[in-house]
Amino acid sequence: MTNKKTFDQLQETIYNEQLDNGLTVYVLPKPDFHKTFAVFSTNYGSIDNHFVPIGKKEAVTVSDGIAHFLEHKMFEDEQGDVFQTFGEQGASANAFTSFTKTAYLFSSTQDTDKNLETLLDFVQHPYFTDETVEKEKGIIEQEITMYEDNPDWQLFFNLLGSMYHKHPVKIDIAGSADSIYEITKEDLYECYETFYHPSNMILFVAGDVQTDQIIELVRNNQNNKSFKEPEEIERIFDGEPKEVKNDKSVAKMSVNTPKCMVGYKVNASKLEGKELLKYEFSMQLMLDALFGPGSDAYEALYEDGLIDDSFSTEFTAERSFSFLAVGGDTKEPDKLEERIIQTIDNARDKGLSEDQLERVRKKKIGNFLKQLNSLEFVANQYTSFAFHNIHLFEAIPVLEEITIDEINQMLETHFEESTRSVSQIIQKQAN
Amino acid sequence: MLEEQVINKNGLDVHLVSTPKYKTTTFVLQIKSSLTQKTATERSLLASVLKSATNEYPSRKQIRLYLDELYGASFQADVQRKGENHLLSLRLEAANEKFLKDKVPLFKKSLSFLREVLENPYLDENGNFSEKVIREEKRTLKQRMESIYDDKIRYANKRLLEEMCKDEPYSVHPYGEMEKVDEVTSETLMQEYKRMLQEDDIRLYIVGDVKAEEAEEAVSIFSVTSKTEEAMNEGNDSEAKEPKEITETDDIQQGKLHLGYRTSITFADNLFPAMQVMNGLFGGFPHSKLFMNVREKESMAYYAASRYESLKGLVLVFAGIEASKYEKAVDIIKKQLDDMKQGHFTDESVEQTKVMVKNQLLETADSARGIVDLYSQSVAADKKRDLSEWVKAIDSVTKQDVIEGAATVELDTCYFLRGEEAAK
Repeated sequence: MTNKKTFDQLQETIYNEQLDNGLTVYVLPKPDFHKTFAVFSTNYGSIDNHFVPIGKKEAVTVSDGIAHFLEHKMFEDEQGDVFQTFGEQGASANAFTSFTKTAYLFSSTQDTDKNLETLLDFVQHPYFTDETVEKEKGIIEQEITMYEDNPDWQLFFNLLGSMYHKHPVKIDIAGSADSIYEITKEDLYECYETFYHPSNMILFVAGDVQTDQIIELVRNNQNNKSFKEPEEIERIFDGEPKEVKNDKSVAKMSVNTPKCMVGYKVNASKLEGKELLKYEFSMQLMLDALFGPGSDAYEALYEDGLIDDSFSTEFTAERSFSFLAVGGDTKEPDKLEERIIQTIDNARDKGLSEDQLERVRKKKIGNFLKQLNSLEFVANQYTSFAFHNIHLFEAIPVLEEITIDEINQMLETHFEESTRSVSQIIQKQAN
Repeated sequence: MLEEQVINKNGLDVHLVSTPKYKTTTFVLQIKSSLTQKTATERSLLASVLKSATNEYPSRKQIRLYLDELYGASFQADVQRKGENHLLSLRLEAANEKFLKDKVPLFKKSLSFLREVLENPYLDENGNFSEKVIREEKRTLKQRMESIYDDKIRYANKRLLEEMCKDEPYSVHPYGEMEKVDEVTSETLMQEYKRMLQEDDIRLYIVGDVKAEEAEEAVSIFSVTSKTEEAMNEGNDSEAKEPKEITETDDIQQGKLHLGYRTSITFADNLFPAMQVMNGLFGGFPHSKLFMNVREKESMAYYAASRYESLKGLVLVFAGIEASKYEKAVDIIKKQLDDMKQGHFTDESVEQTKVMVKNQLLETADSARGIVDLYSQSVAADKKRDLSEWVKAIDSVTKQDVIEGAATVELDTCYFLRGEEAAK
């Protein structure tokens, strides 16, 4: 049964259906666009390294970087490279792995049906040999090395490394040069079988498409394949203390401008659905009111020469972990650190005002509309939220509900010193 | 397909792409001048100073608060290199009011704000730009310049162009030069500002659900005009020279290999679509020769790709490799270009690349920013290419055209940034 949901204020209609094998399909018709964008995602990312494999009883711990390795290897089958097939059909394909998700995607301005079949087929057809697995290691090693030279990436992962004691979010998504060399084709098959079951996956198609036709195509495609009975996936996370592991990490790199990021580890929330969406938005509104470009703090930091346009905030709430981070490039990392902390402490004493909330709320509504112009954003974000049982298009009413009391309560409870960690990148040589 | 209408109102060209597909309206005021060593730094500082204070909103903070009132309209000022032109752009994107509960006239307010930024900047009692704003923006500009070095791929690209185009305007970075920042004074900035308003080609792009009449009426508040000048399209006098080879070291893990090639074919040429296909097959896509041979066959790199700078006539190749593989990588890259010149590729691969190039073009036209970029290229090159004609031109490219395109491509400079350890 295809469900239809219309969001009047946004003038969007979305269709979805769960097929017999458990796969959920979303279709968002966007007739004014040239392209169609499709993303096929599995609820599986770099943090899922400790789990009970499908059909087994004992839990295993797999090598760091395996979800990402699997992503690379899916593009190859007996015939060779799937990029080639997409290319012949005029599509550009790609994939990415995050902490909690692996996503395969294409966009094309023609042959949507063929490309969609190709997407479904290659992701649902694992093919690994010892030889092709070995060959990929060189490529991924270069990818890891590229990130080692990227100071923003290092700043971010050093922060996570110092915040978390054992949670796998602290591990680089691609793993390390050592860990990837341990990976075998058997490991890949085991992860694949466990996490790429249709019941753990979502297909999202947005663009100039006919909904019925797309759903029919996917249904036929899936009916021609057989899958094991779905099982609840058992993922294991060892208890993570509330407090951070270290309060500071300082790394030296070949940079002109040092960098500083202050992070707070937030107790992993058990929220789901609309409550989770509201929590995420409240946190983002609070951070924007505190540190956004219209805030007193931003202006003062800018005038004092402590920040530039790279200064930003972020809040992430995912399965089993959650944190916020504030920072950017700065000539004086210690001073910036002190001022960020001071700003938070002052705000905790005084609270934020109704006016401040109204301003950032309006801004967030406008930004949300802006993001909806991008089919990629809608498809990826809709999928992430859908794994948490949330409709992305419900965002505006939720934003409108948030009250200043809720925000001020969060301010009081989320910024304990024991949950704070700081990451800095400083210059290797004095210039 | 999305075609632009050009409306001229009181001398200002307004390029309107009217489409219901976005939930926002995008405005870009684009100001074009020649790229020169002398003015680049002043221009890029001017962009920052203009965006930081206007007469009505005399501080960054007041501007921010006003934009937040406009439902978080995003506003940026930036400078870009487009061929040998320097483009200063003021960009604003605001929600389309039809999606909001309260009906705020965001379209008109956005345009008034842009006019205010351009024509009514904040000046002190002596009619000068504020020293305080200049001081702060000098500091962030320097930091922005310095941060290029921190991103090693960007840095290697900048170094390649500096070496390769040494005595040409193209070597000037759009941000300008570090040494020149402190020389800028509020007087020289004012001179540059006045010169800009009087002499530069200023035009306005609008993309969104907007009718021509609506746009025409609303833009009548501007008093600047568009001045079309001869496009600066020098091309390259490619006398065959020995390619330059430059190696530098830094404290990094991965070697950044950047090769600069020249071609005489630019955006305005008939062979331009063929060059787009040539570059796509050489290194533009995952089925390209560089990706297949450097990455997939040899597992030498995570990225190995090429980019065609059509306004200047350059093909730039870049790859991240282990330093010890330098010679091998360069050989493989050179071999791929030779193969292109010799016609060692199939008709099918040409067809496939054409489809990909068309796909890329249409996808670009799905984003408002992409649309502005596409049409502003036509202005910069003084050669109009409507989207539908452009697609047709790509369709008619033959293998022979691709070979002809490849024949014009010559290696000029090979730049390699490698780790210090590996160099010993």
